[in-house]
Amino acid sequence: MIVGIAGVTLLGATACSANGATSGSTTPSDGSPSGSITVYNAQHEELTQAWADEFTKETGVEVTLRNGEDPELGNQLVQEGTASKADVFLTENSPAMSLVDNAGLFAPVDKATLAQVPDQFQPSSGNWTGIAARSTVFAYNPALLSEDQLPASLLDLADPSWKGRWAASPSGADFQAIVSAMLELKGESATTAWLKAMKTNTVAYKGNSTVMKAINAGEIPGGVIYHYYWYADQAGTGENSANTRMHYFKNQDPGAFLSLSGGGVLASSPNPVAAQAFLAFITGKAGQTILQTGTSFEYPIVDGVSANPALLPLGDLDAPKIDPSQLNGTLVTDLMTQAGLL
Amino acid sequence: MSATLPPVSPAPERRDSPSVPPVPPASPPPSAGSARADAVGGVRRRPSPFIVAVAFTVSLLGLLPLGYVIVTGILTGWTELSALVFRPRVGELLANTVGLVVVTVPLCAAIGVGAAWLVGRTRLPGAPVFAVLLAAPLAVPAFVNSYGWVSAIPSLNGLWSGVLIATLSYFPLVYLPCAAALRRLDPTVEEAAGSLGSGAWGVFFRVILPQLRLPILGGSLLVGLHLLSEYGAFAMVRFDTFTTAIVEQYRSTFNGPAANALAGVLVLLCLFLLVGESGARGRSRYARIGSGVARTPTRRSLGRLMPLGYLFLGGLFVLSIGVPFTSVVRWLVQGGASVWADGVVGEAFLQTVGYGLIGAVVTCLLAFPIAFLAVRYPSRLARGLESVNYLTSSLPGIVTALALVTVSIRFVQPLYQTMALVIATYVLMFLPRALVNLRAGLAQVPVGLEEAARSLGRHPLGAFLGVTARFFAPSALAAGALVFLGIVTELTATLLLAPSGTRTLAIQFWSKVNDINYVGAAPYALLMIVLSLPVTYLLFARSRMTSVS
Repeated sequence: MIVGIAGVTLLGATACSANGATSGSTTPSDGSPSGSITVYNAQHEELTQAWADEFTKETGVEVTLRNGEDPELGNQLVQEGTASKADVFLTENSPAMSLVDNAGLFAPVDKATLAQVPDQFQPSSGNWTGIAARSTVFAYNPALLSEDQLPASLLDLADPSWKGRWAASPSGADFQAIVSAMLELKGESATTAWLKAMKTNTVAYKGNSTVMKAINAGEIPGGVIYHYYWYADQAGTGENSANTRMHYFKNQDPGAFLSLSGGGVLASSPNPVAAQAFLAFITGKAGQTILQTGTSFEYPIVDGVSANPALLPLGDLDAPKIDPSQLNGTLVTDLMTQAGLL
Repeated sequence: MSATLPPVSPAPERRDSPSVPPVPPASPPPSAGSARADAVGGVRRRPSPFIVAVAFTVSLLGLLPLGYVIVTGILTGWTELSALVFRPRVGELLANTVGLVVVTVPLCAAIGVGAAWLVGRTRLPGAPVFAVLLAAPLAVPAFVNSYGWVSAIPSLNGLWSGVLIATLSYFPLVYLPCAAALRRLDPTVEEAAGSLGSGAWGVFFRVILPQLRLPILGGSLLVGLHLLSEYGAFAMVRFDTFTTAIVEQYRSTFNGPAANALAGVLVLLCLFLLVGESGARGRSRYARIGSGVARTPTRRSLGRLMPLGYLFLGGLFVLSIGVPFTSVVRWLVQGGASVWADGVVGEAFLQTVGYGLIGAVVTCLLAFPIAFLAVRYPSRLARGLESVNYLTSSLPGIVTALALVTVSIRFVQPLYQTMALVIATYVLMFLPRALVNLRAGLAQVPVGLEEAARSLGRHPLGAFLGVTARFFAPSALAAGALVFLGIVTELTATLLLAPSGTRTLAIQFWSKVNDINYVGAAPYALLMIVLSLPVTYLLFARSRMTSVS
């Protein structure tokens, strides 16, 4: 083993002298952000790239993205510990933020940034903040499922009558966040039972877009996804959503879960000033307006920036009240692995 | 070299062909015998300690992934490990993976042999054209092929879709070596069988097929190993294998125990294939004995079956090349100029070429000492070093990548997320591709020439560079080209290990496909094919070169 590691070193020396990602340089004495930052990005690349481009235009700070999934990058940060080259971590859902927060790897978010974000969209720790939100929906093909056949609750999909009739992307962080909400609302034994039933009932696809595409093609009557996939496709060609409708569960059902995307600055960030500035930018007026007017169709969360008018207003979703910092992604992965979904 | 057929040497020598992709086993040490005789007959000096040290280090490094799987298995503990291994989900994955291998490998073998026979032994007009065309699927990465098929038939999913796509992507791995071997078979044996009353079918099954045993087995092993390690092609048709499940676990837990447990089972499957193949080779000799040059084999007329022959070859071409190519072109047309305009396409192209070139050069440099020892100083130790590297490259990229991510985070932080680590991974994954070619090339250079140069006063290094290196330059080029091909289409290891901000063609392609942005993915698919085509042609040409002219 040791010789092997020596080998790695030797190989590295032989291979080339590249030293990888741009690491942040320090900030000049006047305190304005400069240099470069590395963002571990689990949000949609397009959205974060839009934020990064605008931020670079305003500040001159270069932003490098490392793209991945919430739990992948979250666990990666935990393994990297203080040696991480990341400055900022952005997710689609909150469980991975809690994971990194619980490992004590975040620096407190600047007070001014937290002040921009309503209390309900930030964890009590103050070590990360919400940056956007997305709603769970049941997408369906009206040719295969009439309105009166729609499930009243996400829990109904465990019923044997749904066998082979609904789809999901269980390997995705999005769906795992929905399960974490169920775990928080209904407890471990109810969630375990539901997951077992899901293993029997569901047809697993890879990715929410693929789920929607399958529903659209009539391969399967319905599926659990997030709202914005549908709106984004409608705003484009509609080729993967034209034959689909959306059903919001509402009634504070686990299926009405409003998932909070998070952002945080790593305590080990080599360039904390620029990293904090990036987070402030995303949660500020300019960053949130990109959510309102851009092609992401995710919900802005700060006061004064309303959602894209095409969306159902945030207030009408009747989502269950959940403390985002309570969501437990690791337990969810374990339960899903036990249920044979992973 | 001489006009006689290269002796196809018995068991231990044939260690060459297995784990390496498209190298037709025709290339194993064509004249290893003579080089060995030279080495034995000449003055046996000790190899330079530097060369031995490099060969050792590289080979030991090669044990890292396997060591990682074993060590994490031990650290996890039996209770947790057995809970992660003996569960229904693993049973499903096992059934899927084994089913895929059991159906696809024989299919590839049958198609590969059939196609090789049709293009090499029949008077089908246009057979030489098909001979080239049927190698072309190697230029289409399996995940691009899958993308092409899913674009054409969106509802494709499950085992049979996996079998369809894998068969069309991998049959050339059997076809190429079989076609090369068919050209070298001595027709007199077939004629003897014919004169003793065997019909055309009898000759084929009783004389030709048994002589193709080694290329069929070698090619089939390659197909099997590709099936075990492929991720993208199967993920796209929602067919879960061990590799896709490991990637999913990775996405959910980074390098959690469940991913490692699955990797352990997958490694066992790989070993099973390796051992099975070497056991199935038997000990028969296949070399032609006798002096003079074998005649060019006679070609048969297909008679009334000719249309069927065309249907088979044409159908194969349409399904394996026509479908993916049509899809790519269709999306390209739909996307127009705008999909090329964002600047990322060019950047990804340059990064991919950069990784490919550096990886190819470094891999060849590091493979050279091992090849050199194997040819010039053959010993049990040299063979041992060689086989270690075959073993590692048989492991799926995702396993190697998981091992290197973990080891570099824990023990060699400065290397973590560097280009150097990515290159190191490529070396581990693709070293045998270089090794096989370098070794064969080196074996063809009579050591006597180099010694003559020395005796005329050249410095040993000068003699080596001026004589031997010049002779084996074409082999080195082929070695580098093969590694390059592997790197250009590599996805999983690059995703896990590359420095932040890395955008290779494969990464960009996969990211677009995940967003079901098939239009946006098309330029990347096209460029990967374009980069692979010359290398594929080179492979084809080399598989011909080793045959009797």
